[in-house]
Amino acid sequence: MRCSVFPVIAVICGLMAMWYIAVVPMNIKMALTDAERSGMVVTPSGAKERRDRSAILLVAQNPFAIKATFSLERPRLPAPHQVAIELWNSTVNKKITSKRSLIFHGWITLSATLLGFAIGTGLGTLLAVGIVYSRAMDMSVMPWAIASQTIPILAIAPMIIVVLNSIGVQGLLPKAIISAYLSFFPVVVGMVKGLRSPDHMQLDLLKTYSANSSQGFWKLRLPSSMPYLFASLKIGIAASLVGAIVGELPTGAVRGLGARLLSGSYYGQTIQIWSALLGAAFLAAALVAIIGLAQRITLKRMGMA
Amino acid sequence: MTNEPVISAQDLSLTFETNDGPVHALKNINLDISKGEFVSFIGPSGCGKTTFLRVMADLEKPTGGQITINGVSPEAARNARAYGYVFQAAGLYPWRTIGGNIRLPLEIMGYSKSDQAKRVQDVLKLVELSDFEKKFPWQLSGGMQQRASIARALAFDADILLMDEPFGALDEIVRDHLNEQLLDLWRRTNKTIGFVTHSIPEAVYLSTKIVVMSPRPGRISDVIDSPLPADRPLEIRDTPEFIEIAQRVREGLRAGHGPE
Amino acid sequence: MTLVILALFIWLAAWFLNVYLANTSASDSRWMKLLVPAIFGFTILIVWELVVRGLKVPLVILPPPSLIAETFLAKLPILWKDFVQTFVKGALSGYFIGCTAAVALAVLVERFDFLRRGLLPVGNFVAALPIIGTAPILVMWFGFDWHSKAAVVVVMVFFPMLVNTVAGLGETTAMQRDLMKTYGADPWQAFIKLRLPAAMPFIFNGLKISTTLALIGAIVAEFFGSPTLGMGFRISASIGQLALDMVWAEIVVAALAGSAFYGAVSIIEKGVTFWHPSQRG
Repeated sequence: MRCSVFPVIAVICGLMAMWYIAVVPMNIKMALTDAERSGMVVTPSGAKERRDRSAILLVAQNPFAIKATFSLERPRLPAPHQVAIELWNSTVNKKITSKRSLIFHGWITLSATLLGFAIGTGLGTLLAVGIVYSRAMDMSVMPWAIASQTIPILAIAPMIIVVLNSIGVQGLLPKAIISAYLSFFPVVVGMVKGLRSPDHMQLDLLKTYSANSSQGFWKLRLPSSMPYLFASLKIGIAASLVGAIVGELPTGAVRGLGARLLSGSYYGQTIQIWSALLGAAFLAAALVAIIGLAQRITLKRMGMA
Repeated sequence: MTNEPVISAQDLSLTFETNDGPVHALKNINLDISKGEFVSFIGPSGCGKTTFLRVMADLEKPTGGQITINGVSPEAARNARAYGYVFQAAGLYPWRTIGGNIRLPLEIMGYSKSDQAKRVQDVLKLVELSDFEKKFPWQLSGGMQQRASIARALAFDADILLMDEPFGALDEIVRDHLNEQLLDLWRRTNKTIGFVTHSIPEAVYLSTKIVVMSPRPGRISDVIDSPLPADRPLEIRDTPEFIEIAQRVREGLRAGHGPE
Repeated sequence: MTLVILALFIWLAAWFLNVYLANTSASDSRWMKLLVPAIFGFTILIVWELVVRGLKVPLVILPPPSLIAETFLAKLPILWKDFVQTFVKGALSGYFIGCTAAVALAVLVERFDFLRRGLLPVGNFVAALPIIGTAPILVMWFGFDWHSKAAVVVVMVFFPMLVNTVAGLGETTAMQRDLMKTYGADPWQAFIKLRLPAAMPFIFNGLKISTTLALIGAIVAEFFGSPTLGMGFRISASIGQLALDMVWAEIVVAALAGSAFYGAVSIIEKGVTFWHPSQRG
């Protein structure tokens, strides 16, 4: 682990450097238009002439504009520090209850994610137990569970929102249902694999003890499935978050990270989009990290680390 | 034909730096192996026998002393494809047929297609696997896979064969059969063979020279030149001469182990 | 109401049929493995139809399967055009570009251990993020047409594909690598003859995951802006008009496309990795 920290930092620094460098050609056209409007001489003059020119060429011909590319209001590619400032402003500098606080929006999305995740994991585990213990359920449901992973469920998220809205279910619950659905199948597939993971030798041993199904479940199958469960939980929580975000898109929601993404894209507020995206990324990373931590603690206590 | 040793180690040492301090895997090893000898290396775990073999194969680099293979450095010998190596596990590629697996080194070394085909057939006949050329490794038993692995090491023109406990994972009956076959192969091809083993009877049965090694630090505690005739049926294992050599090996092992 | 009772009856009957079939001695045969889930799926369709009609559920909430089938057949030309726009132009092109780029980078990363140790944790991290959020940014850069959708797909499939390929290229044991060394093989030979074939199971695992991601990426990206064409566009537009039967018809297309795509990759996988224990059964 120690020897990985330096390469990771090196890679991240490299990516940051590439990001900074990319800002210049991405924003140069807009910067030059602004510069021209405020009276400066730009080579070549006239936005129309510049439209089809290569960005690199324009940068070479107008080096004075490079500084400006880092502080545009609606840049095509915001500079890292611009995004960082926006993140700071919308989290630390705002009251949590304010409608512009990223934490507020993050919480809206997070609550739907967590509720959906809990439902999806709970139901998924129950179904997995059913599949492992009932041959009929195994043969009829499992193929569909696997097949459904190839279907882009996310595409019908908007429809579910609208349908539920029309029968009066609004706000948190429809998004939670989408999140639940998205985390449901990874948990089912993973738990089934996990509950079936004890080898024949282990199962035979329990038979010699005349253990019944319930004892076999609690003493052998469930503990053996822990590694698989945690792997599925990680996938499930990331999927739940995506579900909650996409669930905010259709009805023109005004609250939540997805809503911020959408409104930013409607009003051309690029920096807002980026900060919402990074907010979602941090949220996803934090959630997966929390599950990872729970995984490490649990598996260590069980001697399976 | 000169009497230049094929493998010559002088004062060879290999020390690993670990978190718990330096580990002397090999210390001041001196050994000469002549052409056509069958040399077994035997000793408890950690005595350096596998390490020694790997140094010969240029899979490890020594930290002290000298070693030459065919008069040149191990690296030069490796690039000149001077030896074949057989590991403990067959390590055949599951996506190639048996024939394809044997062709692997030939493809890498640039033999012509017709040459490849002939060599594959010849070497499969040597190990009695001619009918299995088109089969896949998982369709063969453990013993057969190991025979294929040996065939693979014989397919190209290397005068030296280095084998690291090749029969360790097989049951005794298969092992006996493969021992006989290996001796037969050796007599017919006249290669120089370096063979690492844990088994005293195997070492005594196969070799012309037995090198007994002991651990901490890895060193040679005895070198026994076997007086047994080259032509050896399995029954020779019950003769008094055989038992005497085996005793000597056992004593060498015990002495090397110290008063533990 | 009678329809609902009929639905309940059919559900129970089908369930008992499945329980019976699952517990007979023939339950391990191949056609039984297809029959039981087929009965299950078919029953769901019938129960759906009967319950929706019996309870007179409004069409804007849940149309019955028969109506969806009708719409599907009637609107086939539009569905086809949407399919081409989203799947063929957006998803497929993004899939090929993304997967090829990921494999190429993985090969490079594998050669340089420093890059691998730095890039892999970063790649794992990014693969867990809601990549779909980059859709509005990519629409802004690449415009409304299918190019931005392909870009979203590239970003979505890149990281899972990269992580899987790097894992696959590292699957060789020390012993196999040592063997290559004893042959005096140069790095390119060792790559083509050992690392690449050994990596195939992992590469195909990544390719299969990426098929689903590609389709999702292309459709959802259209929610953020699209010409008046495409599956995602049709879904969001039809929702606005409360034409849910059209939405469901598009979902049927998506389901068919998704499973066919996945199935095609699985068939190729079977051919290439025939030797792997998971394929031998």
